[in-house]
Amino acid sequence: MSAVLTLGGVHTHIGAYHILHGVDLDVPEGEVTMLLGRNGAGKTTTLRTIMGLYPASRGEIRFRGQPIHGRETPDIAQLGIAYVPETMGIFTDLTVQENMVLAARAARHAGELDRARLDWIFGLFPALRKFWLYPAGKLSGGQKQMLAVARAIVEPRALILIDEPSKGLAPSIIQNLIGALRELKAQRTTILLVEQNFQMAKALGDTVAVMDDGRVVHHGSMAELADDEGLQQRLLGLSLGAHA
Amino acid sequence: MTTSTVAATDSAAEAIPRASFDWRPIALLVTVVLLAVPAIGSTSTWITLTVAGLAMGLIIFVIASGLTLIFGLMDVLNFGHGVFIALGAFVATSVMGYGAGAGWPGFVGVFVAMAVAMAVAGAVGWAFERVIVRPVYGLHLKQILITMGGMIVGEEIIKVIWGPLQIALPMPDELRGAWLFGDAAIEKYRVLAAAIGLAVLAALVFTLNRTKIGLLIRAGVQDRSMVEALGYRIRRLFVGVFVAGSALAGLGGVLWGLYQQSVTPQIGAQVNVLIFIVIIIGGLGSTFGCLVGALLVGLMANYTGYLAPMVALFSNIALMVAILLWRPQGLYPVTNR
Repeated sequence: MSAVLTLGGVHTHIGAYHILHGVDLDVPEGEVTMLLGRNGAGKTTTLRTIMGLYPASRGEIRFRGQPIHGRETPDIAQLGIAYVPETMGIFTDLTVQENMVLAARAARHAGELDRARLDWIFGLFPALRKFWLYPAGKLSGGQKQMLAVARAIVEPRALILIDEPSKGLAPSIIQNLIGALRELKAQRTTILLVEQNFQMAKALGDTVAVMDDGRVVHHGSMAELADDEGLQQRLLGLSLGAHA
Repeated sequence: MTTSTVAATDSAAEAIPRASFDWRPIALLVTVVLLAVPAIGSTSTWITLTVAGLAMGLIIFVIASGLTLIFGLMDVLNFGHGVFIALGAFVATSVMGYGAGAGWPGFVGVFVAMAVAMAVAGAVGWAFERVIVRPVYGLHLKQILITMGGMIVGEEIIKVIWGPLQIALPMPDELRGAWLFGDAAIEKYRVLAAAIGLAVLAALVFTLNRTKIGLLIRAGVQDRSMVEALGYRIRRLFVGVFVAGSALAGLGGVLWGLYQQSVTPQIGAQVNVLIFIVIIIGGLGSTFGCLVGALLVGLMANYTGYLAPMVALFSNIALMVAILLWRPQGLYPVTNR
């Protein structure tokens, strides 16, 4: 499977802090790649660096073979990369509909949204249809996360970066989210997913990269990591078996 | 594409409150207006003062709306906003003076002056953003210092061009006088000023709520980096909003100058205080809050000016203190700020 996104020796500094110390990562097309690691390992910084929100101080990032490091965030997004940040990035003063119209760059108003795609999204996240004209700030945490993911798929994207979608959500909502992301996976959508929830990682991941101290220290199949408790213990200090 | 449904129903969804508008600041505005009736005693005087207050409030809104958008979207504290007010007013003196010499009807002169003032203030605003503001994005202290410095330089340039003395900006004859409704006198100019303020309000409401650019501005006020992550170049929007805000300040300068019937190079600095009170009262970045704040300030200034002239100077500060004690983020706080 060819890599849609490749990071080679990426370093990132935030102010005086050296956060990424040479990240190497391949994200294969049509697969879900899990990015795991302890808190502070550099996972969020990696996603933000890919999006150009933090400039890479060294190394290269290629999207479909084209270098994107040093490009501005809107240019990177326009290549077809969607980003769902850890904070969800919902515009709370705007309605659900307005959030979706903003995410659909080709649409000037709600009437220009792709109706068939919207129905598909409503199928994934029925709550969004119900609260279509409500301010997004009124939604529950789980519904906001659904809106954040829905925004990322309102138009076809070549790659979706999602940062800890399960954070702070109730288990039942996480199951709903896993179901929706499985549906995206079935569509062969390429996803790079940062996650701390191992149940979710195991349920969704095709490949996995584990980060530690600003580097990728393991890259391989998610199934292999899920089956190898010793490897889990060594890389993550945890056992997937205990969380399944 | 399949349409399989994931069981994503959320029991908490049922508990979501219906979208509701916060009426309490409006109720406060109405209360101030109603309380003034017994305090003033005479209905005709109350009508005259209320119309004058609303007109003054709408002029302030025209000026302050640009500033609050600039702060909301760009996170820029532009203490130099006043220079565009002064520029607009001085450009109006020149245009109306030329028009009078060329035999234009006074009414035409006023509207041409407004158009030219907006164009000049917008163009200078473009240069101001590029040269003065752009190097200090994200640096609040430097923004305050450099934009205040920009205003001082701007004032001095105005003195070089138009001289340091006060210049008369007489109203054309068509705008002088008042319409009488019983014993209540409604000045013609105030009605015009209020109509222009309402037109600006309508244009802003339409742009912000019915266009994609407006959607981007409202989203950008909340989270600039997310707007960029969605693929929009927010820096272009910054420049557009700064230019529009400067042009509105130029328009407001013409209205304010005609209201005062004279202009001085310090007019911008004087109005600056008022508009900062308004945008703080309204909630930094909130356009609707700016409108309510401007109307409150305009009404308070007129009522207290009549009832207790000595208190009038202090009334707006007292209003700001009272409102911030009630709502520390302003009447309509912008979420995420």
